[in-house]
Amino acid sequence: MDIHEYQAKELLAGFGVPVPKGGVAYSAEQAVYRTTEIGGSRWVVKAQIHSGARGKAGGVRLCATDADVRQAAKDLLGKVLVTSQTGPEGLPVHRVLVEQALPIERELYVGLVLDRKHERIVVVAHPHGGMEIEEIAQREPAAILRVVTEPAVGMRSFQARELAFGLGLGAQQANQAMAAVLGAYRAFRDLDATMVEFNPLVVTSDGQVLALDLKMSFDDNAMFRRPNVAELRDFAQEDPREAEAAEHGLNYVALDGDIGCIINGAGLAMATMDMIQHAGGEPANFLDIGGGASPDRVAAAFRLVLSDRKVKAILVNVFAGINRCDWVAAGVVQAVHEVRVAVPLVVRLAGTNVDAGRRILSNSGLPILTADTLSEAAEQVVAARHAGAAA
Amino acid sequence: MSILLDEQTRVIVQGFTGDKGTFHAKEMIAYGTSVVGGVTPGKGGTTHLARPVFNTVKEAVANTGAAASLILVPAPFCADAIMEAADAGVRLVVAITDGVPAQDMMTVKRYLWRYPKERRTRLIGPNCAGLISAGRAMMGIMPGHIYARGAVGVVTRSGTLGYEAASQMKALGVGVTTSVGIGGDPINGSSFVDILALFEADPETAAVMMIGEIGGPQEADAAVFVQEHMTKPVVGYVAGLTAPKGRRMGHAGAIISAFGDTAAEKAEIMRSAGLIVAPSPAELGAAAAQALRRRASQPVMVQQ
Repeated sequence: MDIHEYQAKELLAGFGVPVPKGGVAYSAEQAVYRTTEIGGSRWVVKAQIHSGARGKAGGVRLCATDADVRQAAKDLLGKVLVTSQTGPEGLPVHRVLVEQALPIERELYVGLVLDRKHERIVVVAHPHGGMEIEEIAQREPAAILRVVTEPAVGMRSFQARELAFGLGLGAQQANQAMAAVLGAYRAFRDLDATMVEFNPLVVTSDGQVLALDLKMSFDDNAMFRRPNVAELRDFAQEDPREAEAAEHGLNYVALDGDIGCIINGAGLAMATMDMIQHAGGEPANFLDIGGGASPDRVAAAFRLVLSDRKVKAILVNVFAGINRCDWVAAGVVQAVHEVRVAVPLVVRLAGTNVDAGRRILSNSGLPILTADTLSEAAEQVVAARHAGAAA
Repeated sequence: MSILLDEQTRVIVQGFTGDKGTFHAKEMIAYGTSVVGGVTPGKGGTTHLARPVFNTVKEAVANTGAAASLILVPAPFCADAIMEAADAGVRLVVAITDGVPAQDMMTVKRYLWRYPKERRTRLIGPNCAGLISAGRAMMGIMPGHIYARGAVGVVTRSGTLGYEAASQMKALGVGVTTSVGIGGDPINGSSFVDILALFEADPETAAVMMIGEIGGPQEADAAVFVQEHMTKPVVGYVAGLTAPKGRRMGHAGAIISAFGDTAAEKAEIMRSAGLIVAPSPAELGAAAAQALRRRASQPVMVQQ
């Protein structure tokens, strides 16, 4: 789960991480009011969306007067911002962050991740901030500093100190940077984060170290014990179909193709999508209906897949382990009646009670194509999609 | 021989009396697994499925001599259940539970290292289908009848894709020694490398199939291990060629976030390490048969 920049700043400020003075605004009036709270004479208005590269997309405005701030907030709020990371459909801006504008002397990169190779929280830092870490890793891999923390004792001061001095900071700034990194580590551990990224962490011309931009992601599996983090979720930043899928206990990811997929198991779902591509088609979605494929769940899956107007054919592939094929087949028949599926439908069942399942499908009188194997299923659905397109 | 589990292995179930525990314990018993009891805190002293229930894993081990435990408890309690089993000296723990927080797993793995090697617990999972030694015993939630007994060892992240492989193999008359689901989480108990090493040492296993997916370094690590340490032919497949970057594909660990995380990159690493890479998921069975033929044509050391 991702949160907004202003939310990450509020959370981390509570862990002693120094952040610029600022506040969130939902309207132009509120944005202007924030400037009086913040003081000073120059401000930045930053669009709050779940994406980086906002500056280049015009989502960050520098303002010198109240009128500028009002205009910037007006321009951004209610708009859809397209960045290099959002895809062409962009993301809606419903809030802006108004902050003091800072005289910046240096930009640094600091990121904390749950590293899969070390199975530890790893802190990565680089003396040049503002770039994507992948870009840094390619251009100057030797300059990347890395600290692997030990879960039994947590991140130690000496580790933060090594990083701070390794980034070339003087004694005074090193102390501030240590507070930032150690605070971020505690937040990471205590709030079940998977990523905290300062990009950049800046040194101002008056010697302050501050988190100019902050990104934070969390472990979905741990949100049951972090209700105060879970409530920060902003559904407006997510594909509405994915949010609906989650409500039904389904896992859905929208893709660009036109063959809808309904499959049990994440690995089999990915493999089936690969198989569709192998047969010359393109999957419209990833959808894992999970172990207990009840008729209600199958119906919800059909509704979800068909809400994507691009879909020209559907492939259902269920390998029944715990479930039985006859039960899944009954669910498919019920769902097709309920949802009214107007595109070609290919169903491949395998596993427990497969013959009974196939009988239910063929006796239903519905125009369902059946397949015995994975390759047959993929070939059939790709052929059906082309036949449908030609008709 | 098989790896990790056979019909002699004494198994307990943590979360024994729950719906899932009951259902899968019955299936395991029907398959021939030696289920000797279970643990449900608060129900100690009762009997379930004609087997004793205990309050703690220590009691269960003391009374039944269990050497393995299957964990079917809800995600918030899974880390604790694994650590309890490890502390009771259970040598093999299979955690089926899905949705365990990643930092819990970080702690669990750190905890397992506090025991000396000769009594350290081997953890399989979480978020996996478990393991099955075909025709002998199973600790997991898989449909046992799709596995034929044979000479191919299978190690897979995905449960259902493992079923797909097993049934393709069975249709071609190719059988399995043991099939191990290592799970779809970013931090898991046993890696591909851990299981490949066991298959290499198992005299009954003649060839191995590993089924990976996008995300994480374990498939690449495994390819290097195969190249440097394995004499048996290994079939590889990586699911998720069509997966976009940065999107989680169902499994918590199935996300392309770093260099080398994509299916294409992993398949290429496998190929260059000498694995037989299945060209599509429909050819897993055929690739396994091919691997067995390659094994048969290899010169065999003859004892003098």
